[in-house]
Amino acid sequence: MIRILPIVVAIAAVAALPMFGSNYVLRLGTMFAMYAVLAQSWNIIGGYAGYPSFATAAFFGLGAYAGAILQGAGVPMPLAWGAACLVAAVFAAVMGLAILHLKGHYFAIASLVLAEVLLEITTSWTSLTGGGMGLNLPVIRMSVDAQARLFFWSMLTLAVLALIMSWLVARGRVGFALQCIRQNEDASSMVGINTTLYKTIAFVLSGLLVGGAGAMYASWVFYIEPPDVYSVMTSIKPIVMVMLGGAGTVLGPVVGAAAFLVMEEVVWRNFLSIHAAVLGIIIVGLIFFLPNGLFGLLRKRKARVLLQLQRRGESA
Amino acid sequence: MFYAQILLNGLVLGGLYACIAVGFSLVWGVLNIINILHGSFVVLGSYIAYFAYVHMGIHPFVSVVIAGALLFGLGYLVQAGLINRVVGAPVLTTLVLTFGLDLMLNNSMLLAFSADYRTVQLANPLGTTVISGLVLPLDRLVAMLLACTLTGLLYLLLKRSGIGRAIVAVRMDREAAALMGVNVKHIYAVTFGIGALMAGTAGSLLSLIFPISPLNSSEFLGLAFIVCVLGGLGSISGAIVGGLALGVIQSFGALLIGPQHGLTIAFVLLVILLIFKPTGIMGRRGYE
Repeated sequence: MIRILPIVVAIAAVAALPMFGSNYVLRLGTMFAMYAVLAQSWNIIGGYAGYPSFATAAFFGLGAYAGAILQGAGVPMPLAWGAACLVAAVFAAVMGLAILHLKGHYFAIASLVLAEVLLEITTSWTSLTGGGMGLNLPVIRMSVDAQARLFFWSMLTLAVLALIMSWLVARGRVGFALQCIRQNEDASSMVGINTTLYKTIAFVLSGLLVGGAGAMYASWVFYIEPPDVYSVMTSIKPIVMVMLGGAGTVLGPVVGAAAFLVMEEVVWRNFLSIHAAVLGIIIVGLIFFLPNGLFGLLRKRKARVLLQLQRRGESA
Repeated sequence: MFYAQILLNGLVLGGLYACIAVGFSLVWGVLNIINILHGSFVVLGSYIAYFAYVHMGIHPFVSVVIAGALLFGLGYLVQAGLINRVVGAPVLTTLVLTFGLDLMLNNSMLLAFSADYRTVQLANPLGTTVISGLVLPLDRLVAMLLACTLTGLLYLLLKRSGIGRAIVAVRMDREAAALMGVNVKHIYAVTFGIGALMAGTAGSLLSLIFPISPLNSSEFLGLAFIVCVLGGLGSISGAIVGGLALGVIQSFGALLIGPQHGLTIAFVLLVILLIFKPTGIMGRRGYE
């Protein structure tokens, strides 16, 4: 209980942001919540199961288009978001059964190709998706401030759901099975873990809320086009965030998402023409100096402090 | 006759694809690294050929040597200085590292050369010739033959030379090779250098055919991916078969459903192939 308390306080503090912040701060808050959803979702397949998935962009884009098309057909916004979650989850289940028997690099590429193929299909299916011209969403009759608050709180709810999902997975059977699979898949299947089932569950969970985040993003920005929502960067950013925070931990991805957002914002503001290069330098530095993420650093320091305390106790 | 022409176009394109992919495949097979930098290496090779032609009048067929040498040096340094520090790390670490390096290289090229598309306009192009009804674009054909020759030379290097045998030995068993006195770190750097060299030469040959821009690098990277997986990893013959197959698939696909979908068909075929034969057409087990 004591361990959960600071997390609840932190969530409450973030949720109270609209009371103090301007709309710019709210936009950053919404981005943070979205990044947190993507990073935590990726962490389930990439962190716990150790499968290098690049399918985040596929789930995100699919959710964005599912939400946008449903809303265009007159479905209320929250229902469209829920449906987008389902669409992404079903897609993940079907594709997962097909590609999860691949390992390592081959899985990475097959998952990367999913987004490419969806991008091509979306671009050429003009009658449904508007093709390369993109898709406009119905306008919401609300003041700008109210909208900013609505999307901030919705996205934050999704992020909290992702946190609960991640915590449940880490605590439960699924998390245990996934960690076995990460360490040695053949041995896991030998001792009776249904690896196909658990890998597919992990892939579905990694797609579910990302689909919802895509749909919320679409409602939030009012206009989507294929290269925007299926961008490779959408697949790569969550990986960097998770590595920044600490893979395979519950809170690591959230911390990583916050750290990444701050870096991205600072870099965009100060180095517009070389922002990609600066981001590259940060990533390279991360690999060399923080291989276990911020959480790994914290854990190491904690261990060191404990050791010192122990020694002091012994000498006293 | 019409279909023979399409086949020929596909094969000419496929030969160049093979040359793009062969270095990528080598790095993947020996170092177990997906080199995201590969696409930018190809573009850099194209720029070297472009500036050598515009400022010094060196024909791209000749500047292949310059581009190859410069990129070998660059690749050797990148591997020896940076990637060697994390070479045993999981797939994701090296992948993200090369991704970060690619952001840096690509952004530098964008700043130095701008995103404008440039093309090499030859003063005396070889033109085309017609042999028994088949139209042969000579510049492309020579580029493709050169690409095949280079790939063949690489094959010979791996089979016959001492360094080539050391590379193959490291690929088979790193620890055993180290015990036999092979300097593994040096071999890694040489292998990465050769990968970059092949990318640079491919880029310099491609400067005759495709417009040059840093924005193209992801397309070349995607091509290298597909060719490698299509043909199967870890062998030069795999890259050649994969390259030719992709070229032919793309040209017939373009004919059937329109030129803008050629690459999509290749992607879809790739996923289907991966489901049924995860090791590719020529692949052997053990490289997953």
